[in-house]
Amino acid sequence: MIKVRIPTPLRPLTKGQGEVEAKAGSVLEMIETLNQAHPGIKDRLCDETGELRRFVNIYVNEEDIRFLNGKETFLKDGDEVSIVPAIAGG
Amino acid sequence: MELTDQQIQRYSRQIILQDVGGKGQIKLNKAKVLLIGAGGLGSPAALYLAAAGIGTIGLVDGDVVDLSNLQRQILHSTATIGQPKVESGRKTLSAINPDIAINTYHQLVDADNILPLVSQYDIVLDGSDNFATRFLVNDACFFAKKTLISASMFRFEGQLTTIKPHEGYPCYRCLYPEPPPAGLVPNCQEAGVLGVLAGTMGILQASEAIKEILGIGETIANKLLIYDALEMKFRKVGRPKDSACPLCGPNPKIKDLSSDYTVTCTI
Repeated sequence: MIKVRIPTPLRPLTKGQGEVEAKAGSVLEMIETLNQAHPGIKDRLCDETGELRRFVNIYVNEEDIRFLNGKETFLKDGDEVSIVPAIAGG
Repeated sequence: MELTDQQIQRYSRQIILQDVGGKGQIKLNKAKVLLIGAGGLGSPAALYLAAAGIGTIGLVDGDVVDLSNLQRQILHSTATIGQPKVESGRKTLSAINPDIAINTYHQLVDADNILPLVSQYDIVLDGSDNFATRFLVNDACFFAKKTLISASMFRFEGQLTTIKPHEGYPCYRCLYPEPPPAGLVPNCQEAGVLGVLAGTMGILQASEAIKEILGIGETIANKLLIYDALEMKFRKVGRPKDSACPLCGPNPKIKDLSSDYTVTCTI
């Protein structure tokens, strides 16, 4: 299982949960799995073409997947994934 | 520059710190720090920077104090409702430390006025409340080669990083290449924020600013700190330089401040 950390702005989609679990071998698979359990989450992470939105970062064990293999980044049991969108409140 | 007896007494608790000392205190007294926004983040940051003896503090904010600000914007008070935030802030800061210079700019920053403004300072703290300003401040600090301490918050969550591409570290666009389009995320009024979260994040900004001025400790320029107040968790994730960055990468697309910075207020 992968632990996925859900940021505050997306918690309305996970019934308020800050952390959910998913079974997935890649980030892409994780997004699809999350979207089945929490419909709407994919739209918040990916644009119409399926590409990751440029103001949302996904980290696997503290590394930004844009600097790994993007959506194809492999995941293994025990990995911790964080979804971190840009926020602007001051 | 030498410290007066009064200054030695005022700053004695930090002068006795080995990493600060009299030399460090003189560095702080000579430092010029600009705060973009005298609101939730700018308030606590300004209070501690003034108390620490930062010699020149600039406050930029186009707003006036509103009753709904007082839940978190502790530079201001019930008595200063209706006054420009920068004026209200000046009074509070001068009362804490009459020994420092406070420059106020009752205006919004824009592509025309920001470069001359940041150029007069050593370090900039971004406490603005919208993406357009955050991208503008990042780009201006890049061109002016000024260290930027950036914090932001949303409901119960805060983010913090130091941005100094002129020292080889990544810029804000390396972290988030583009702002979200308007309408995709809740706007400022709808979002809400825990007042004390502004305190936590603003004070962390002040702490990083003081470290950068003194050149002590570890910089957070290659990390992003994420604070979740509900879970009481601080996490740090890596923040590498993006070789495809449109601003600080080897083939930049952004060469001046002529891009569109007019995205509406979104969080």
